[in-house]
Amino acid sequence: MIELRDIRKVFNSGKPSEFSAVQGISLFIEAHKATVLKGPSGSGKTTLLSLIGCMARPTAGRIRLLHTEITSLPERFLTEIRRKTFGFIFQQFNLIKGITALENAMLPAYPLGEKFSSIKKRGLHLFELFNIAPKANSKAEWLSGGEAQRVTIARALMNNPSVIIADEPTAHLDTKLSLEFMEILGKLKEDGKTLLLASHDPLVYESRVVDRVVNLRDGRIEGAGE
Amino acid sequence: MRKSSVFFIYLFIQIVLLGSMFTHASYKQQTGLSHLQEKVNLVQRLGLTDLCLFTEASYTRHLSLADFHTAFQDSPMALEHFPSGSLVIRPPMDKKMYENVD
Amino acid sequence: MRMWIERHRNILDFTLSSLVRRKRKNAALVSVYTLIVFLLASVLLFTYALREEASILLKEAPEMIVQRLVAGRHDLIPVTYLERIEAIRGVSSVKERLWGYYYDPVVGANYTLMVAEDQDVAPGLIAVGEGVSRTRLASPGDTIEFRTYQGVTIELEIRKTFSSESGLVSSDLVLISEDDFRKVFGTPKEYATDLTVRVRNPKELPTIAMKVAEILPDTRQVLREELLRTYDAIFNWRGGILLAILFGAVLAFIIFAWDKASGLSVEEKREIGILKAIGWETSDIIRMKFWEGLVVSLSSFLMGILLAYIHVFFTSFMLFEPVLKGWAVLYPAFKITPFIDGAQVASLFFLTVVPYTVATIIPCWRAAIVDPDSVMR
Repeated sequence: MIELRDIRKVFNSGKPSEFSAVQGISLFIEAHKATVLKGPSGSGKTTLLSLIGCMARPTAGRIRLLHTEITSLPERFLTEIRRKTFGFIFQQFNLIKGITALENAMLPAYPLGEKFSSIKKRGLHLFELFNIAPKANSKAEWLSGGEAQRVTIARALMNNPSVIIADEPTAHLDTKLSLEFMEILGKLKEDGKTLLLASHDPLVYESRVVDRVVNLRDGRIEGAGE
Repeated sequence: MRKSSVFFIYLFIQIVLLGSMFTHASYKQQTGLSHLQEKVNLVQRLGLTDLCLFTEASYTRHLSLADFHTAFQDSPMALEHFPSGSLVIRPPMDKKMYENVD
Repeated sequence: MRMWIERHRNILDFTLSSLVRRKRKNAALVSVYTLIVFLLASVLLFTYALREEASILLKEAPEMIVQRLVAGRHDLIPVTYLERIEAIRGVSSVKERLWGYYYDPVVGANYTLMVAEDQDVAPGLIAVGEGVSRTRLASPGDTIEFRTYQGVTIELEIRKTFSSESGLVSSDLVLISEDDFRKVFGTPKEYATDLTVRVRNPKELPTIAMKVAEILPDTRQVLREELLRTYDAIFNWRGGILLAILFGAVLAFIIFAWDKASGLSVEEKREIGILKAIGWETSDIIRMKFWEGLVVSLSSFLMGILLAYIHVFFTSFMLFEPVLKGWAVLYPAFKITPFIDGAQVASLFFLTVVPYTVATIIPCWRAAIVDPDSVMR
C-alpha cells in the first residue's frame, strides 16, 4: 500500500548540528495489516512516521501511496491526501485545552466544509463506540489518560481515513489501558484499516494484533520480523 | 445552538440597531426642522453671530468677534486662561482680503 | 459555495470556542476596545453635528459686522459711522446692535444682554434663554435683579423664556429693552456696541469691506464667511482635548495591534501545530485568525458607535460635560440635531476593524506555514 524507496531525512543540513534521522530506508507497508516500527529513541521511528504520513518531506528518496508518487506533490495536494488518507494518534495526546472532548474530535472535519450537525453526529457515534459518550462535553483538560487517548482515537477516525498512524500510543497508559487500546486497534483492523505504529513497548509489538515488526536502529532497518 | 449562530444573531441585531440609528437620525432631522427654523429666526432677527457654547469669557462666548487681542484684555497672561480656550481656536483670518489695503 | 460557507462557519465555531476559553481576558479586550471606539466616535459625532448645525444657522447671520477698536480693545462704535457706511454703494442696510456681557454675582454666571431691534420687549420686562432660567431657577413671572453701572439695582420681570430646543443660540441670552440696556450699562445714545451690515450682492462684499476699512480705519470688519469658517474649524483636531483623545486612541490601537503582531505565545504555536497535524491547511489557520480579529474588532466597533450615538444625542454628550463646561456656570443643554457624516462612520469602521484584523493574521503567518511534524517531537 505504501512503498518507501531509499528514504533519507537530514535535519539542519549545512549547519554544524546536521544529522541524519533516517538513512536509506526502503520499506513496503501492507494494506489492512498492523505494522510496528520498533527501536530505541533516536532510531528514527517518529521521523519515519511523519514522512509516511505526509507531514514532512524526505531529503532524498521516493514514497508511493497506492501507486501514486507523493514525494514531489505541492503542499496543497499533500495536505489533501494527508487529510483523506491518514489519521494520527500522537504520543502526547495533543488535545486542545479549553474546548470540549467532542469538539476536539470534530476538528479534523471542520475545514472540509461539511455540515456541522453531521460532523457532530459522527463524533458522538465514535464516542459511543469507544465508551466515552458521557465525556463528550467535558473540557479536554479534565479527561483522564485513558479517556484522552480514546478521544484522540476518535479524532483520528473523524475523516474516515484508511491508514491510522500512532506514535508511542501507550507511553502514558497503564497496562490495563494499553491492552484495551490494542483491542480497539484490533477492531479497527477488522474494519479494514491499515495500522502503522511506532513503539518500544512490548505490550504493543508483542500483541497478537500486530502482523509485522520492523526493527530500527540509527535510522536504518535491522531486520524484518513476524 | 451553535456558537457561530449566536454570533451571527448578535451581529445581525447590532447591524439592525445601526440601521435604525441612521433612520432615527434622519427622522430627527425632519422633525427637528421646526426647531432649526426657530433658531434661524432668532439668528436673523437679532443678527446673532455665534452659538452659545462656552459662557466662560467673552472670547469663548463670541468666537467670531474675538480676535487675538481680546483674550489679553481679560488678563495679560490670559490666552489659555479659561479651560474652553484650549478647545477652540482663533477665528481664521482671511489675509488675502486685506492685502490691497496696505 | 455551500461548502465555502460551511467551512467558514465551522472555523468560526472553533474560533469562538477558542475566544471563550480565556473569557475574562477577551472580555476585557473587547470592553477596552469598545471604550476607545466609544470615546472617539462620541467626539466625532458631536463635533460633526455641531459644525453642520452651525453652518446651517449662521448662513442667516449678518453679512458683515463692523466693530470699533481702540488701543487694541473692542470699544463702542459711534452711531455716526452708520450713515457713512450706508452711503457706500451696494449696502442695503446698516443697523446698530446693542449687546454686552453681564456678570450675575448671585450665581456667578455670565449672561449676554441684547436689545432686539423689533422692540419686542417692553421696558421692565426681559425674555431669557433656558440656560438663564435654569441657572437662576427663574421662570416667567419671576424677576431678576440687575446692578446698573451706577450701582443702582433694578428688577426686571421675565416675560417669556426661549425654548430649550433653541438653546444652541439662545441659552444665555437676556433680551432687554433699549432703555433698560442703557440703564444697566450706561451706553450713551450716540454709541452702539457694533453695527451689522447687509449688502445687495454678496459677491461685492470683500470690496465693500475694504471700503469700510478705508473710510473707518479704526474699525474691524468681520464677514459672514469668517463666521462660518470659525465654526467649521471649531473643535479643530489641533485643539487640546481632541488631540489628547485622538492621541490616546491611536496609542491604544497601537498597543492592541502590537500585542497581536508581536508574535504568538508558545501555547498558540503549539495549537497551530496540532491543527496542522490533524489536517488543517495553512489557509485554514489564516481563516481562523481572520475570524478572531474580526469578531473582536467588529463587535467593539458596532457596540462603540451605538453607545456613542446614544451618548451624544440622547444624553447630550454627558460624559464630556466637565470638559466643555470648564469654569462656566451657565452650561447650555446641548440639544443637537443628529447630523451624521456617513464618511466619518465608514472611516472609523475601517480604522477600527481592518488594522486589528490584519495585525491578528500577520504574526501567525510564520507559525501557520510550519511543517506539521513539529508537533510530533
